[in-house]
Amino acid sequence: MQRKWSENLWTCLFWFSAAIITLMLVSIIAYIVYRGLGAVNWDFIFTEPSRAGKEGGISTTIIGTLYLTVVSLLMAVPVGVATAVYLEEYAKKASRFAQLINLTNETLAGMPSILFGLFGFVFFVVFLQMGWSILSGSMTLALMVLPTITRTAQEAIKSVPAEYMENSLALGAGRWQSIKRVILPPASPGIVTGIILAIGRAVGETAAVLLTAGSSLNMPMSLGDPARSMSVHLYILATEGLSLERAFGTAFLVVVLILIINSLANTTLRRWSEARV
Amino acid sequence: MSGQQAAEEYRGWMITKKYGNFGNEGSPMLNKAGSQSMMERIMRRILQVGASISIIAIILITLFIFIKGMPLIGKVGIGDFLFNLDWSPTRGSFGIGTMLLGTVMLTMASLVWSVPLGVTAAIFMAEIASPRIGNLLGRMVELLAGIPSVVYGFFGMIVIVPFIRENFGGNGMSLLAGTLVLGVMVLPTIVNISRDAIAAVPRDYVTGSLALGATHYQTIGRVILPAARSGVITAVVLGMGRAVGETMAVVMVTGNSTIVPDSLLSPMRTMTSSIVLEMGYASGDHQAALFATGVVIFIFIVILNLGVNIAAKAGARNAA
Repeated sequence: MQRKWSENLWTCLFWFSAAIITLMLVSIIAYIVYRGLGAVNWDFIFTEPSRAGKEGGISTTIIGTLYLTVVSLLMAVPVGVATAVYLEEYAKKASRFAQLINLTNETLAGMPSILFGLFGFVFFVVFLQMGWSILSGSMTLALMVLPTITRTAQEAIKSVPAEYMENSLALGAGRWQSIKRVILPPASPGIVTGIILAIGRAVGETAAVLLTAGSSLNMPMSLGDPARSMSVHLYILATEGLSLERAFGTAFLVVVLILIINSLANTTLRRWSEARV
Repeated sequence: MSGQQAAEEYRGWMITKKYGNFGNEGSPMLNKAGSQSMMERIMRRILQVGASISIIAIILITLFIFIKGMPLIGKVGIGDFLFNLDWSPTRGSFGIGTMLLGTVMLTMASLVWSVPLGVTAAIFMAEIASPRIGNLLGRMVELLAGIPSVVYGFFGMIVIVPFIRENFGGNGMSLLAGTLVLGVMVLPTIVNISRDAIAAVPRDYVTGSLALGATHYQTIGRVILPAARSGVITAVVLGMGRAVGETMAVVMVTGNSTIVPDSLLSPMRTMTSSIVLEMGYASGDHQAALFATGVVIFIFIVILNLGVNIAAKAGARNAA
């Protein structure tokens, strides 16, 4: 009888924990959407901010976010995929080099963004004299998302049956030729999932971007210009009390973007695993 | 392939063998030597260089943060830097004691509620819920993990801080606000890793326990959780790492005064907040002191990573 009672209590606790998590997620998203939706219209998206963001829209920060994300991925994707291919198809699993790379990837993945920001500032901005610029910011972001891309690409390549490679090699193809024609095509949806996740991370990143790309509200024209991303804009609007309405609008756009990116990643992943079955 | 084609291929192969490869076209079978393997060698090199970049990056990151920060720690003295409670960088007093304490208190306070909730939810997802509900909750946790920290900070600032101010008094910007926001943020790490650990417990253990007459809940408490222990510890340590490193959300809700918090309602500052707040205008020794704060965070994270590795090793030993 007593056991029955305590088990019922546990059942309640289990469902309660699930309910709390659901409630937290729903309330955060619903609140931002509810308060932000009214602030967003075409004008908000397409006009430049004025008076330090008190007036106007957020067009320059949208362009800034776009620039930073695209440029960082252009750098991180080739390097991440190359690392994954090398680790999975060339290096011996137990070799010093492979273990070292796996360890560094783990360390990079666990490193807080503020440390990337500090490094980006002292290395790209100051030491390499790139200044607060899209280039400095993108390079810093590229280092941050590198482990995500490498790890998902590794998993994707690992999931291609080993016979594919063996058969291709047996037919006389070279290793790289086999990778290009036989391994990468079936692995690509998995790699794409990693890239989408990396986009999400780059869009949301604030601390590292603030320290390396600056917070200029001008329209960025070249890679050498400083820029402000939407996340940085949200931080500045909120903490400096410039415009609550615009802060909500910006938060709304960031959250919607993240939701879209997240569901994209999920559909790619699902389609991929279905195709493999 | 018709017989004639095959014969031609064969002839081509003989010629290739005798005189080397004329072009890069044709069946890959014929391309064993020459430009083909050249390409292979070059690609191998390129991939290797790509793979080395992460190693170079980690070396540069460590080197530059330490080079910028260590001289100041040397100048101030490590004990004074870590434990002095006076942070007045403009007057040349660099003690991060309040922030070190702030980081530790905030991290612990967040984990106090987030770990029980997260582990309970992980058990629920892996053992109790139907796969459909488990997956649904998994998606929710994924979304929680995807929300950027600045959005959490904004939500905390607009909703949680005023709520605390009106119901508990004080300014609202407080250790409590940070605890609530940060706890939500480390939840996904704790849930995901604990769930994986629980799901990885061999099914034989479970069926064995059930066959001996234990109830499902007894099995969870006495068999599954002990077997998943190292995974759950890993989850907690990784969550701790996230909490120590979190910046934007914390800076927006904790008030950032460099004092020792004397209650949950007291404002406080973490090490990460200090960097992001002052980096914009700091120079000279002040800037070096911020890098030195970065060094301390770095060391924290490295120690936590070592903890994860030890937990994983212990887990592997238990399993064997």
